[in-house]
Amino acid sequence: MKNLVILGAGTAGTMMANHLNHHLKQPEWQITIIDEREAHHYQPGYLFLPFDIYSPEDIVKTIEEFIPKNVELIKSKIDRISPNENKIELAGGKELPYDILIIATGAKIAPEETEGMKGSEWQKSVFDFYSFEGSLALRNKLREWEGGKLVVHITEMPIKCPVAPLEFAFLADSFFKHKNMRDKVEITYVTPLSGAFTKPKATEALEHLLEEKNINIESDFAIERVDNENKEIVDYGGKVIPFDLLVTVPTNKGDELLERSGMGDDLNYVPTNKATLQSKGYENVFVLGDASNIPASKAGSVAHFEAEILTENILRFIHGEPLKEEFDGHANCFIETGNSKALLIDFNYTHEPVEGTFPFPGLGPLRLLKESRMNHMGKLAFRWIYWNMLLKGTHIPFVSATMSESGKHYDKKTTNQSTLINQL
Amino acid sequence: METIINGFSITVNEEGYLTDFSQWNEQVAEKLATDASIELTPRHWEVLKYLQDEHMKQAALSIRRIGKSGVVDIKEFYQLFPVAPLKTATKICGIPKPASCI
Repeated sequence: MKNLVILGAGTAGTMMANHLNHHLKQPEWQITIIDEREAHHYQPGYLFLPFDIYSPEDIVKTIEEFIPKNVELIKSKIDRISPNENKIELAGGKELPYDILIIATGAKIAPEETEGMKGSEWQKSVFDFYSFEGSLALRNKLREWEGGKLVVHITEMPIKCPVAPLEFAFLADSFFKHKNMRDKVEITYVTPLSGAFTKPKATEALEHLLEEKNINIESDFAIERVDNENKEIVDYGGKVIPFDLLVTVPTNKGDELLERSGMGDDLNYVPTNKATLQSKGYENVFVLGDASNIPASKAGSVAHFEAEILTENILRFIHGEPLKEEFDGHANCFIETGNSKALLIDFNYTHEPVEGTFPFPGLGPLRLLKESRMNHMGKLAFRWIYWNMLLKGTHIPFVSATMSESGKHYDKKTTNQSTLINQL
Repeated sequence: METIINGFSITVNEEGYLTDFSQWNEQVAEKLATDASIELTPRHWEVLKYLQDEHMKQAALSIRRIGKSGVVDIKEFYQLFPVAPLKTATKICGIPKPASCI
């Protein structure tokens, strides 16, 4: 019997277990998935928890209920991967050999990377919302906060869901308006990027929204330290931004397991072929979701599109066929803009988000890069889709793994140029 | 688009980055630096050469990586190129704007 081992039972790993369970059957194959945690979190929900839109029950379920029966779930800490010997060493000394390994250990916050971030003000006036604990602590803070300077801040790229901090700023604007205290809150959005987002067309649309909502933007800010005493953030160029409440997205890193195994880059992400999802170091090791270093967004939608392509490539690998170089960096993200509206963006490695309709060209019903209530309904419906379709590996109707260009308003010149830049 | 820099005909993209590294030379760099209000010293050149070498090795450039390079620390990098140092320095040395941000 051959062994396929998946490390990590989060969004990516769980989807992969469900996909492969249809194709790799006992007694020829045993699929095993390893994770030390008890619960599966709907991570997009961390954005809504601080504003009392979702409660913890909405976003936490057990890992077991999404793992198929024939897949063995091992709840254990993983000590290290020995890729040259094709085996996993679990905490406590148990070893597990594999024929094929899928790394899906994700990414998480590392506030200790920035001086003073996890200092005396941590979870008093300095918060994150990229962890369940952080998001819950922030909810409790916001329930009683009386106003002042709110600074929403990104430490460095890449981060999971690069639009989430913007959504946080938009939702905060809406939240304080409903509490009739918007005039007591000054909101500043601080980013290491040159503008609100990484792609020009979306940046333009989003900066317009920031202005409309009276949110200040400070760009090109590379944080050096958090000054807990004076309650300010300081950048390497000496720029200083004071805060009463700092909501920061700390540096994101891959799991320390990859560092222990000598398989990660300087942020513990695994070097991966961006089109095939095979690791660059070992041909029987594949990487899915946030754990890889591919230049795509770290987002559930990306993991979902990757999973469809990786399933095919794993089967090709088993049959000794060449891998398909098919993954195009496809991402699809709703952006909450407050007041029960949202934007939708759809893009890939070479095509930036533009206006248009989705998923049906010319019809929608979702509008790309434009605020609408329908998009907001889409975002809320997505939680149901996540628990009931996405994790189980069910194909989402009309949405393909690679991006479709129809229904999108590309400026021909811009497209060619961005393609050119990406090839350089 | 075509532009003339210090007498050399150069192709740049809409953000002013060279699209063909073979068109780059030190006089072009001097002019691009002047446009960014920077006077290039030997220390600047060490950093620019490092960035070019890294780019040729197809390494993804980031502030973090430069801080750990041993060539320059982040504090000094900011002293040399005070405004958006990575974007400014890559533009001066003729390599693409780092795509580290997604």
